[in-house]
Amino acid sequence: MKIRVWINEKLYEDEVAADLMLIDYIRSKGYYSVKRGCETTNCGLCTVWLEGVPVLSCAVLAVRAHGKKVTTLEGLEEEARVFGDFLAKEGAEQCGFCSPGFIMNVLAMKRELKNPGEQDIKAYLAGNLCRCTGYMGQLRAIQAYLQEEA
Amino acid sequence: MITIKEYFVANSLEEAYNKLVSGKNNSILGGMMWLRMQNKRVPVAIDLSQLGLNQIEEKEDVIEIGAMTSLRQMEESKVLEAYFGPLFKEAFSHIVGTQFRNTATIGGSVFSRFGFSDPLTVLLALDVKVELYGAGIMSLEKFMKLPPKKDLLVKLILRKQNLKAVYKCQRQTATDFPNLTVCISKTDHHYKIVVGARPSKAKLAYSGMKKLQDGCEIDEVAEAVVRELNFGTNIRASKDYRMHLAKVLVRRGLEELI
Amino acid sequence: MRYISKDVKKIDATALVTGKPVYTADMLPKECLVVKVLRSPHAYARIKSINKAIALKVPGIEAVYTYEDVPRIRFTMAGQSYPEPSPYDRYILEEYVRYVGDVVAIVAGESEEAISKAFKLIKVEYEVFEPVLDFTKALDHPIVIHPEEDYHNNFPIGGDRMRNLCASESMVYGDLEAAFAESDVIVENVYHTKANAQAMMETFRTYSYLDHNGRLTLVSSTQIPFHVRRHVARALGLSKTKVRVIKPRIGGGFGAKQTMVSEIYPAFVTQKTGKPAAMIFTREETFKASTSRHEMQIRVKVGSDKEGNIKAIDLYTLSNTGAYGEHASTVVGLSGHKTIPLYNKAKAFKFSYDVVYSNTMSAGAFRGYGATQGIFALESIMNELASKLGIDPVELRLKNIAQEGEVMPAYYDNRLESTALKECLLKGKELIGWDEKYPYKQVGKNKVRSVGMAMTMQGSAIANIDVAAVEIRLGDDGFYTLMIGATDMGTGCDTILAQIAAECLDCEMDKIVVTGVDTDISPFDAGSYASSTTYLTGQAVINTCEALKEKMIKAAAKVLEVSKEEIIFTGEQFETSDGNKVLTLKELGEGQVVGNMSEYLSATKSHSSPTSPPPFMTGFVELEIDTETGEMEIIDYVGVVDCGTVINTSLARIQAEGGIVQGIGMALYEDIQYNAQGKMMNNSFMQYKIPSRLDVGKIRVAFESSYEPTGPFGAKSIGEVVINTPSPALAHAVFNGTGVAVRELPITPEKIVMGMLKQ
Repeated sequence: MKIRVWINEKLYEDEVAADLMLIDYIRSKGYYSVKRGCETTNCGLCTVWLEGVPVLSCAVLAVRAHGKKVTTLEGLEEEARVFGDFLAKEGAEQCGFCSPGFIMNVLAMKRELKNPGEQDIKAYLAGNLCRCTGYMGQLRAIQAYLQEEA
Repeated sequence: MITIKEYFVANSLEEAYNKLVSGKNNSILGGMMWLRMQNKRVPVAIDLSQLGLNQIEEKEDVIEIGAMTSLRQMEESKVLEAYFGPLFKEAFSHIVGTQFRNTATIGGSVFSRFGFSDPLTVLLALDVKVELYGAGIMSLEKFMKLPPKKDLLVKLILRKQNLKAVYKCQRQTATDFPNLTVCISKTDHHYKIVVGARPSKAKLAYSGMKKLQDGCEIDEVAEAVVRELNFGTNIRASKDYRMHLAKVLVRRGLEELI
Repeated sequence: MRYISKDVKKIDATALVTGKPVYTADMLPKECLVVKVLRSPHAYARIKSINKAIALKVPGIEAVYTYEDVPRIRFTMAGQSYPEPSPYDRYILEEYVRYVGDVVAIVAGESEEAISKAFKLIKVEYEVFEPVLDFTKALDHPIVIHPEEDYHNNFPIGGDRMRNLCASESMVYGDLEAAFAESDVIVENVYHTKANAQAMMETFRTYSYLDHNGRLTLVSSTQIPFHVRRHVARALGLSKTKVRVIKPRIGGGFGAKQTMVSEIYPAFVTQKTGKPAAMIFTREETFKASTSRHEMQIRVKVGSDKEGNIKAIDLYTLSNTGAYGEHASTVVGLSGHKTIPLYNKAKAFKFSYDVVYSNTMSAGAFRGYGATQGIFALESIMNELASKLGIDPVELRLKNIAQEGEVMPAYYDNRLESTALKECLLKGKELIGWDEKYPYKQVGKNKVRSVGMAMTMQGSAIANIDVAAVEIRLGDDGFYTLMIGATDMGTGCDTILAQIAAECLDCEMDKIVVTGVDTDISPFDAGSYASSTTYLTGQAVINTCEALKEKMIKAAAKVLEVSKEEIIFTGEQFETSDGNKVLTLKELGEGQVVGNMSEYLSATKSHSSPTSPPPFMTGFVELEIDTETGEMEIIDYVGVVDCGTVINTSLARIQAEGGIVQGIGMALYEDIQYNAQGKMMNNSFMQYKIPSRLDVGKIRVAFESSYEPTGPFGAKSIGEVVINTPSPALAHAVFNGTGVAVRELPITPEKIVMGMLKQ
């Protein structure tokens, strides 16, 4: 099936298989920030925005992105750098493999929630697993970032 | 992993339904959270996203929730909150994560009738009808008892009620499947008690509900619920523990409601 | 100190947080064959016949390999220095399959779809045997898991394959009987720890190709590039000169990648076909076909006088190595050797173990490496002893821990050079509010808040075995290239080692370029495991920098025509003590590459340590327990760490927090389970839950640093010790709050409630 998809404001037109997943489509276009950590929609690593809404790109068919805008971390590089710096100050990027999906969801949260409290932050990001940090450093980074940006 | 031969965007319910029944393994796509994990070959996958089914609409006596409405839309819905308070938020917020719930649809959740379903536990405790394209409108409870049959779930119809409800669950981790779910609702003097994830699918506990109408003590009601329903063992919890939990959670729910 | 004990950001941070393609699967060569393996559905079987002819006809299929196609060379996948203690008990593919998920055939093709089709067309006929699934019944079971005659041990480890015994040992110190005889109180219990998955976010993955010299090159997500080179060479019957291993950024390891898991399959395909090949494990494969933490049953008996002075400890561990013997004898060793020395005042002890084979997935390395399992048993029984004696559990520890200068018989007679364990105990006690909260408080109708504690130790590198070499070069702009073989797996060792180099060379961090690991280029390093990198490779960096400094001063003296004793190196320049003559580092750097002003300046040093100084840690937890449902909420977890000097404060804190959370997962729910046929039931993140950010409560970490004279700037290790305390501390809090002693992990709400109902 033929699809037209905007990835980070750039238009792509391709013939894709009906069962191609969005993650595989966008990685094939060179957006390697999008990672796969599981096959069961439990890890959050593959988070991208579809029309601005964070979704798990491992569970969305590429054909369902037809006519829509996909945003990956590559499309938010400056913001990622700014927040990433807070993360790095805490040493909380660690192996970095979950960072892109996590940062995508943090930046979505920042747009969606007004002055989130600690519990709101944890609940919003609960679907983003991290095995390295124990989450405390990520929380410190988010709080410092939100404070700075407020 | 699922394989899909053809992707079909339906322009009408009729078209979707005809496509669905035209091939044995043709399937409706919900959010695809579960479907994609099945080792299944789907000749035609039918997409309903062009049919405007992702709406929560308030009507005079009812609230209609389109089958393609995401779980997160329901959590965030002001309309649902106005009538049911934080009930949906409380029950849905445990499900995996926000991104998952942004894509998972209520239609997929209800139609699949999973044992672990938080949504079904809540919905059964309310007055809910399902509208199926083929089989028509029926109560959710009746739908859940029917054997799985191909059909197209169009929407849920929730009757507006002056209602109070509590949701209780126990899980090994915050976003895991539940070990047990309980939802109890109260309208004027009528109660509904639902227990799910036993681990089989949610069910109304009629004998407990009757005992409650008869004015029995809470403990007695909880005992009756546990006697009436079947409980089982799976990787997460044993039958005995589930029975114990059911007693405790039903009792606590009732204590909060009464 | 310029860079030591500072919160320096990781040098690769920006690439990681902006999602740059720096991991193995982001860099696959074009036209790379996809490699997948067909796995056994049976826990124990012999392949009677295997027909691949039809599968080979599937369009896009390049090759199908079975046990008939591979060299009959036994090897181990364990990441250990040669001669490895792990038995050589595998072929790449074998006629026998020993667990559900064991490899039956390797298939290479153009796409996953083609391979999926081919899988269905490979006809395998199995002779299915009854599997040995219960490891407590494996020893001397009539079914033998490794009957093969070419089974090989490099040296004896106490195994007897015909008894399903992979390794065993027994050691006694002092007069055990007499020590128990003089004890006023003796407690004895059996504890059971489960298999856990390391669950790093990046699954196993490797790609391979032949380079321009026809050498087999692997790019792999591994903690052990040099061991992989050796194992691959052996398994394929190649000379080591024909194999090169490159490690890019890797997405976590935690010990999982201290075993060669994915490498051999694409390597074999490339060797056979000459084509690039890649294998990326699915999460399911990562769960069901790699290595887990060893499940252990630990019987421990402790004797004490009435005052809580420990007299005797007898600890026996039965460990399940699963289908293969990776890390079998070494992991189990830590269950005693890195636990018993905590109670160094004991007059006598016995430590013995058996490691058995079973038809479950092979066990291997996982952060903590056996100490984690042992400490659950030993700290739990000490807490039970304290309760029995009516002594405060912290007091009990303070009476028995080793002081600086003491020789530790259970720790290979090492002398304890540095310890702040006492301070860790006191600090933890204070931070949690122990005296007010111990043992518990009723805080609601069905709610109690209780506290629990545990202490632990680990090592810092493997004494006398691990070797780390480092090379450093002066660049022509006055910068340095630091070449290491230690493998940063996200922990930040590239950064920490650069910090140490910058400190030694008195320069800015950005003057230090750190290379990734490439066995063709990097100096040898055993790899990042056994909590070795900061301690061992860090010291090698110091040694190397000192050597380079010496060479540079000598070269500068020659240029300035003075004696080297007159030269002062400021980090920026070389000046004579009278300040009259100056040569900048930049000038020296440039001069060495133009006109041969001096020799090309580089230095290489290696380091090995005769001791493995233990870092220490205490964990204190405040837990809220629902006494009706058993549900637990961690209110506060305090970890106090003595890792010697903290080199990087933020990275050390993250190590501690991350380790505690992994420990919490192990304590409360992580539990690999098999069904009656030996199939792993929880082989996904859907069924095997690791902690989410909603599950961990509040975690606080403090440092009480001793100074380790053998470590770089006084540092010891931190990577592993941090995972050990949660299991015993949480069990203790549960006991204090409910009276239920949970001796089998995980500590589930169900066990608590069912235990309370029985009371």
